Amino acid sequence: MSRRGSAVLAADPAAGSAPRSAPGDTGRRRDADRRQLPAFVWVLPPVLVLAAVFLYPLALVVQQSFSPDSGGTSLQPYTDVFASGAFREALGTTVWLAVGATVGCLVLGFVLALVIAFVPFPGGKAVAKFIDVFLSFPSFLITLALLFVYGTVGMANGVWTDVTGAHSGPFQFLTTPWGVLLAEITYFTPFVMRPLLAAFSQLDTAQLEVASSLGARPARIVRRVILPEALPALAAGGSLVLVMCLNEFGIVLFTGAKGVTTLPMLVYSKAILESDYPAACVVAVVNIAISVGLYGLYRVVSRRVGA
Amino acid sequence: MSGAASPGAPRSGIRFDGVTVAYHGNVVLDSLDLTVEPGEVMALLGPSGSGKTTALRAVAGFVQPVRGRVFIGDRDVTRLPPHQRGIGMVVQQYALFPHMRVEDNVAFGLKAQKVPKGQIPGRVTEALAMTGMDSYAKRYPRELSGGQQQRVAIARALAIRPGVLLLDEPLSALDAQLRSGMLSELARLHRELPDVSILYVTHDQVEALTLADRIAVMDQSRLRDCGTPQDLYRRPRTEFTASFVGNANLLPVRVGSGSVLFGGTELAVATDEAVWGATATLCVRPHLVGLGPGPNALRGKVAEVQWRGSTHRLYVDVAGHRVKADVRELRATPALGDEVTLHFAREDAVLLAAGVGGE
Repeated sequence: MSRRGSAVLAADPAAGSAPRSAPGDTGRRRDADRRQLPAFVWVLPPVLVLAAVFLYPLALVVQQSFSPDSGGTSLQPYTDVFASGAFREALGTTVWLAVGATVGCLVLGFVLALVIAFVPFPGGKAVAKFIDVFLSFPSFLITLALLFVYGTVGMANGVWTDVTGAHSGPFQFLTTPWGVLLAEITYFTPFVMRPLLAAFSQLDTAQLEVASSLGARPARIVRRVILPEALPALAAGGSLVLVMCLNEFGIVLFTGAKGVTTLPMLVYSKAILESDYPAACVVAVVNIAISVGLYGLYRVVSRRVGA
Repeated sequence: MSGAASPGAPRSGIRFDGVTVAYHGNVVLDSLDLTVEPGEVMALLGPSGSGKTTALRAVAGFVQPVRGRVFIGDRDVTRLPPHQRGIGMVVQQYALFPHMRVEDNVAFGLKAQKVPKGQIPGRVTEALAMTGMDSYAKRYPRELSGGQQQRVAIARALAIRPGVLLLDEPLSALDAQLRSGMLSELARLHRELPDVSILYVTHDQVEALTLADRIAVMDQSRLRDCGTPQDLYRRPRTEFTASFVGNANLLPVRVGSGSVLFGGTELAVATDEAVWGATATLCVRPHLVGLGPGPNALRGKVAEVQWRGSTHRLYVDVAGHRVKADVRELRATPALGDEVTLHFAREDAVLLAAGVGGE
């Protein structure tokens, strides 16, 4: 219920103008009184549902992060986790993978969106529609597909060994951080393309034609006309991808990259494999803090650029 | 602007040499042969879908002819990309770059053409001064009115000192008052830039008549007529031109010696001996038709009366044809169904060969 909607209900003029002692009007007045309930009453049900299914479990995670196994409440779990090399490595891996994947998605997404939007080719519309479908795919599916192609016993290595007779193929990167990076870029690029395609569809093509008539080559038109107008869409898509990459779990798990431990993977291993719940909750809280912080930054930046 | 738009550059005209443009086999511009002389303003006038904008886009390089060639000056530009053609272009919706200030919009073409950095501020100021927008240099397009945005668009096109300026319905998005003002501005600009050839696409005959040295009338993808505004208006060669430029009365007549027969009424008009006895179309402009008795009188019933401020437009049914007459504002307007007499002078009528729509 929006604030405006609840205000309308609370200040129903029909209720206010009801005769004070009109006989037989008791039921109607009761209805009017019900409509005059304070606004917060309308807000309570959704807040309670939200609190029960989301905020309470989250609060438990935060509480657990301050509850060491030795008992009581302290910052000890944080001190322990922050001091561990595994956490620092996971944090570093998470950040560089997320930033790398975001940059890759922005570059690849921008180029692909440019081609789809401005270079007419047969099937262009179908490709644009496929982008929408792609967004609904689960992340592990993309990783699985990459495994079929580039995995240790995948198609690419199979062709290589068949042709050369070698014992193994050259494509062994999928279980390394580069494999995770490739999978994340493959999966998340459409998340950048979607807002970009929407922004490009709003761009007045006459601007591009006039720029061209004034002597600008295509590269200058992209740099000086299209890119500045696409910045809000790039910021929106990039922020979304960054947050999603920071929290990505399925892709890292499915590539089977042994040396790649990200924060979500660390939460998983601490909680499920080591049963170290306080440490898992500390890592989870850090992950949440980074995500919420980035979202806040995105809001500030997007407000400044007028997105 | 330093005297001319392109100091040192050769005066450039435009030549269409049998230009045909088609989309998926559908011809949208058919065998256009037309020459715009250096320094001339040529208006391409026609209804929607007549091919006029396609002709302009063929000059700009945004459409590729399937046949024929386009020349700018002596240069065959048919296969050149737009950025190599050296033209200025102004479109209906201004197409200013919204993220750039006015001065950056105007400087865009200069930077694209690698004009030395030291010259750019001066050239920008010059172009803006020409269109009266020099005090708005620091503003963004969104902070300007429609008329101001169009001035900036014109300044941006002129800043590169093009030999050819393409104007694609540049005043269509403006209200009537602004349009009238901008029309005068464009006429002034052309006087100040006599070397710039202008191809002006419009569907508004007033703009074409006011601004153009010559008008090319287009319809159904073809060039129907071409001539000076006075020629086309006073002596149209085709029924389409007579109708589209000035909305003339077109009456079917049988030609006699020094007169024509219209619905049993003999009308005195100049006739050519070669067409005596033939059927033809008599063209009379509505504002040259008077109300009341006079030479070449036509009796008919009033079908409609429109008040247009300083004039009244009467629609009168004469011998099964509706005749339009624009007369000075009447003190007593005739009622619908009233019998009235219209007349016109012999020299105000033009005889057209019947059914000649073009060619």
